Amino acid sequence: MIPELGHYALVLALVMALAQATLPMVGAARGVRPWMQLARPAARAQFGFVAFAFLALMYSFAISDFSVAIVTQHSHSEQPLIYKLSGTWGNHEGSLLLWVLILTVFGALVASFGDNLPPRLKARTLSIQAMISVGFLLFMLLTSNPFARLDPAPFQGEELNPLLQDPGLAMHPPMLYLGYVGFSIVFSFAVAALIDGKVDAAWARWVRPWCLLSWTSLTGGIVLGSWWAYNELGWGGWWFWDPVENASFMPWLIGTALLHTALVVEKRDALKSWTILLSILTFGFSLLGTFLVRSGIITSVHAFADDPTRGVFILALLAIAIGAPLSLYAMRAPTLRGGGLFAPLSREGALVMNNLLLATMTATVLLGTLYPLLLELTTGKTISVGGPFYMATFGVLALPLLILMAIGPFLGWKRGDVKGALQRLIAAGICALGAAIIAIWIKADGPILAPLGLFVGVWLLVGTLIEFMERIRLFDGKPGRVWTRIRHTPRATYGMTLAHLGLAIAVIGMTGAGAWKSEEIRLLHPGQSLTLQGYDFKLESVEGVRGENYLADQAHFIVSRDGRFVADLYPERRQYMVQPMPTTEAAIRSGPLADLYAVIGEPDGKGGWLVRVYHEPLVTWIWFGALVMVAGGLTSLSDRRYRVGAPVRAGAAQAVRA
Amino acid sequence: MSRKRLRLYLVLATLVVLGIAATLILRALNEELVFFLSPTQIAEKQPNAGQQIRLGGLVEAGSVKKSGETVAFSVTDLSNNVRVSYRGLLPDLFREGQGVVVQGAFDGAGQFVASEVLAKHDETYMPPEVAKALKESGRWQETEGKGTAQPAVTQ
Repeated sequence: MIPELGHYALVLALVMALAQATLPMVGAARGVRPWMQLARPAARAQFGFVAFAFLALMYSFAISDFSVAIVTQHSHSEQPLIYKLSGTWGNHEGSLLLWVLILTVFGALVASFGDNLPPRLKARTLSIQAMISVGFLLFMLLTSNPFARLDPAPFQGEELNPLLQDPGLAMHPPMLYLGYVGFSIVFSFAVAALIDGKVDAAWARWVRPWCLLSWTSLTGGIVLGSWWAYNELGWGGWWFWDPVENASFMPWLIGTALLHTALVVEKRDALKSWTILLSILTFGFSLLGTFLVRSGIITSVHAFADDPTRGVFILALLAIAIGAPLSLYAMRAPTLRGGGLFAPLSREGALVMNNLLLATMTATVLLGTLYPLLLELTTGKTISVGGPFYMATFGVLALPLLILMAIGPFLGWKRGDVKGALQRLIAAGICALGAAIIAIWIKADGPILAPLGLFVGVWLLVGTLIEFMERIRLFDGKPGRVWTRIRHTPRATYGMTLAHLGLAIAVIGMTGAGAWKSEEIRLLHPGQSLTLQGYDFKLESVEGVRGENYLADQAHFIVSRDGRFVADLYPERRQYMVQPMPTTEAAIRSGPLADLYAVIGEPDGKGGWLVRVYHEPLVTWIWFGALVMVAGGLTSLSDRRYRVGAPVRAGAAQAVRA
Repeated sequence: MSRKRLRLYLVLATLVVLGIAATLILRALNEELVFFLSPTQIAEKQPNAGQQIRLGGLVEAGSVKKSGETVAFSVTDLSNNVRVSYRGLLPDLFREGQGVVVQGAFDGAGQFVASEVLAKHDETYMPPEVAKALKESGRWQETEGKGTAQPAVTQ
């Protein structure tokens, strides 16, 4: 009964979405207020129905109702409760439902808290948002019904893919979706503004919190995914340039560009049409990502779907959702004349370069992701594009971006003093040079990217700190004065500083982990040991252990250095009870300078075990840096000037009509 | 700063960045791409020693020989096969008779040395490249909607 109610709720949500997509739009065009106001209850009701459906599905998973097809395919009654619940989105249908849920969450939030929006803009935005809902609800109801039943119901389910049974991955899809579906509302705002024919500082200020929220979640989601891959896959890596990873990374890159250019619209009333274009493209990349993952066109670790009808449907959705706004954009963009002029060497100029580089970097990732597909379609040749390609393109383009990132905040709006900025960055330059020299000293024959990466990482880190110290004039005046300045610095500024610092830390981590990683593979009998980077890994024993829903061979390593004990490591080789697939459970000891990472392979049948250990320098810096970036996003989001529902400031009212 | 001037600068900056990016991409496409070859394609034209390739096919039944950390096996498309040696941990799903993709290069002595044996994530999964290679060698049969390779000759 519950699944049928869930299914029915989805149909009702579709009806609501249809009403919300049409009536407010017509109302806004004709100036019929009641029709425009309809968007608010409709958006809330739509959210209510989808939320009900989602809870119904979750309930079916929780009680292991195997008459529901996807519960049978992705759950098992013996599975721990958390993985029963996360099974709700650990499959194609359920993850789509989560997608739509987040879409409607954003609609309902704007409907409820967007009281300061001009009624027309609000009605149109919600209407566009509902159009996206209509597309995805139809997709779900027509091709991917999560509530499809099985008759007769099997007695037991097939279990969630053991690889997905990990706490990091349980949280990864919701975070990621919150990010990349969140950009839908920015997209809706942009299209609504195009219809309105008006983009001004006020518009940028309304869009900014949504953009920030999405960006922050997307950052968190991507990092959780990377962290999962590092912990769970047992390959000792944290990023594989897998098409599915790229699918979430492209919206992040373009979204980052958008976050910065929206700032220019807000402060300087310039770069308007570019900002609108980025808003459309960011969500376009989210849809493209959804298409790549959901259609199964690229087979990878995450691809669960292999039904081409679904792919064609999403491709059609993608074409409409990108094509229509872009045509509208082509018609309307010339009317969006920018206001503020600026010198090339200025804050605006730096942000333009930031955008140019980010957009180009996105293009290289896009090319690397799609090129193998295109080549296979046209010539039948199969190729693979891997890390080296991205390092030679994306990696190289990232260097000037990171250099520029430290300089930009020193430049004034309109006209900046580059010479002055560079003078103030001398200390950063010296530190960065020192870091590069240390990098060469550590490993002279290492990849060239190691000293370069450390150089830009340290440059950005120190440069950002200097900028912050100058802002609060740390060495100027009494401590009380400084304290006042610290308190009066806007939260958004702290957000920027934190986000830039976080990226600097992460870049240093990525460089270290990429350039200095080392590994050793050996066949060991219990009692034997191997040495890696001065660490002694002694295989004590291998024993059979039993987990909640798996059996495992668990190895015990004692790691020591110069005779002193460092850590116990317990890697496992698990055999889950239902799916006949062994999985590797790495054992990791994290440290500020390096991680020790051990994996156990197959026994040789004569008492020996194949083991692989890695020494991974600075990996924790990546996660820590990302956390700092997320903290920066949240801090900026808490700035009261952008608080949702905050009273409109005078500046907004004076905004010039474009 | 006039609007025209500003636009000129913007266009110039865009051209410079795009030019650099295009150069980087073309270079990378020349140097960093890894082609996928089947054992039959290798039999027809042996790649140069040291050139990175991806080799796909089935792990030939009875061909896996382990000694210490090194494992040797044959990858076959049921017409030809290539002997591969690999030092490292095999992925969890490595089995005789199953599809596999290995990345590596031929060494000077004509031995294929794998740097990576690609992990596959489920039992019935067949790497698309392998399925294609098998189709081309004419040993592919569609069964129960899912493609599985039926070895024509059993040893």
